Amino acid sequence: MSLIAMNPSELARKVIQKEPLFILDVRNEDAFRDWKVEGENIQYLNVPYFDLLDGVEEIVDQLPKHQPILVVCAKEGSSILVGEMLSEEGFNASYLAGGMKAWSEHLELIKVADLREGGELYQFVRLGKGCLSYMVLSGNEAAIIDATRMTDVYVTFAKEKGVSISHVFDTHLHADHISGGRMIAEETGATYWFPPKDAEDVTFNYKPIEDNTHLQVGASRIDIQSLETPGHTIGSMSFIIDEVYLLTGDILFIDSIGRPDLAGKAEDWVGDLRHSLYKTYQALSPDLIVMPAHFMIIDELNDDGSVAEKLGVLMERNHGLNVDDEREFRSMVTDHLPPQPNAYREIRETNLGKKSPSLEDQREMEIGPNRCAVR
Amino acid sequence: MKITKVVDAKGMACPMPIVKTKKEMKQLETGDILEVQATDQGALKDFEAWAKSTGHELLQTKEADGVLTFHIKKGE
Repeated sequence: MSLIAMNPSELARKVIQKEPLFILDVRNEDAFRDWKVEGENIQYLNVPYFDLLDGVEEIVDQLPKHQPILVVCAKEGSSILVGEMLSEEGFNASYLAGGMKAWSEHLELIKVADLREGGELYQFVRLGKGCLSYMVLSGNEAAIIDATRMTDVYVTFAKEKGVSISHVFDTHLHADHISGGRMIAEETGATYWFPPKDAEDVTFNYKPIEDNTHLQVGASRIDIQSLETPGHTIGSMSFIIDEVYLLTGDILFIDSIGRPDLAGKAEDWVGDLRHSLYKTYQALSPDLIVMPAHFMIIDELNDDGSVAEKLGVLMERNHGLNVDDEREFRSMVTDHLPPQPNAYREIRETNLGKKSPSLEDQREMEIGPNRCAVR
Repeated sequence: MKITKVVDAKGMACPMPIVKTKKEMKQLETGDILEVQATDQGALKDFEAWAKSTGHELLQTKEADGVLTFHIKKGE
């Protein structure tokens, strides 16, 4: 059998449809333990490529004979080498085109809602890294929230839809991925909105997002209301779109909550985080549908691949919203935090405009999962 | 440190730096030191893991102007 390439969008569909898949990951063990292709029905075998250079005889017993095998590595070179050996042995093998780097960059576009008067809300699901961004379409205008650095995906989609991008928002200063917001605004002439409290010594122009302001997008006047919800960062904002959809940024996720420590100020910000979760959100209608800026585990995905749940359901089920004791809460979000995202300091500086790394360096900086949450 | 041989893997993508190094290593005697130069940043972690898995000793790793230099002592 000959070796076939599987591109990230094919893999994304398999993950969303929960198809069974066997992955032979040939990166080194640390890299695999840290971050891998996640999926509900995926089986894994991790054997570094350098242990397979003389042949795959030693692992053939551990591989399925009739099921497809996807070989995965960092960029693709090693997975092609190993995949070809498997093909020669008669296995049904393919390799992930572009490796984990391409997987990290893939955005799956999912329509999550119809808005008033023909408006639409789309979610861009970055499966490999767990980042979520949004586009509101209204009349011939579009607004984007928390765009990734793969800016052409948003710009191309807006063109296909025949709309012009007029507003671009970041809910906060991101520490796990490089924002594409400023670039999209520069390219399209859109207004770039940024929380002023996160914008300490930024090098670019932006329009400050204030608390409780309303902005209307397009002819159908879709309402975007801002809410001050500090805690993950001091400036973190939430947005309520069309009075129904609550974009929570990195403050509240489906099965976890935001971590307050990525600017080294966990002790200072934990009180803000508690207030945002236990006062600001509690005061809102439980019928609002929460759409966060991240997911942490694949279980947080709905059947169509989207990430969204009613606020009322999260109030009951999300552990982070159900810690009555303030001290216990404080300890939960400051004492036992997972490791910080890869290169988070450099990513913050890039998002502040203080650094302009090359594309290759940006890819390296974003390697790994997002790690913005505490469970 | 007496370097027995130098492998130039600059500009090569994974898996070639390790493939080339492994081939050169076969020609050396136990205790000989191989210098490997690579520009693929993924090589950093891979050489550490590869040395551990094969019983060679990674004596040191240097980085200058985007070039990684490894000194590896051949194991038993």
